[in-house]
Amino acid sequence: MAMAASEIEALIVAGIPGATVEITDLAGDGDHYAARVVAESFRGVSRVERTRLVYAALGGRMGAELHALQLTTALPDAPLGSGPEQG
Amino acid sequence: MTDDSTQSADLARIADLVGKSDVLLFMKGSPLFPQCGFSSRAIAILQHLNVQFDSVDVLQDQGIRQGIKAFSDWPTIPQLYVKGEFVGGSDIMMEMYESGELEQLIEDQGVARAE
Repeated sequence: MAMAASEIEALIVAGIPGATVEITDLAGDGDHYAARVVAESFRGVSRVERTRLVYAALGGRMGAELHALQLTTALPDAPLGSGPEQG
Repeated sequence: MTDDSTQSADLARIADLVGKSDVLLFMKGSPLFPQCGFSSRAIAILQHLNVQFDSVDVLQDQGIRQGIKAFSDWPTIPQLYVKGEFVGGSDIMMEMYESGELEQLIEDQGVARAE
């Protein structure tokens, strides 16, 4: 029950207006993704609440058909390379 | 397929578990044999921090497996609790670990370190 990366991105952008979403297919199998969501509306919002906003945008698919989604959230002015991909 | 009384019993069991441990991880599998990459990552972080923690294998208990999602209003597992407070899942743990916030939280809460 995989989801396409484009579908995940579209849901997040629809749920969090102005968000930029970067999706990485981690295993190349269309089932293990990492998503980095950058949004101005995250300002002043805790990590847990930011993640809840993204989960809400995904409309109940998280934890169901969408199991393997690594999720990080950031503000637009976060320094470059501050994401988890930094080695 | 749980009725309301079963669900509230599960939630009460979860609240009891969360209250009894300073650091508690709900996970899939055990610390020695995590059954999912996210749980494995959460365990690695706790071990790096050298913190004393308890874990609950949700795969062994369907009531807890479903109940924990309602308890925290959080749809995924693992879930970390420190001193009864929900901290987050493995992605949040990783972000907090990398920024030093998780260590700070452990420090501030006066949680015991592993031997």
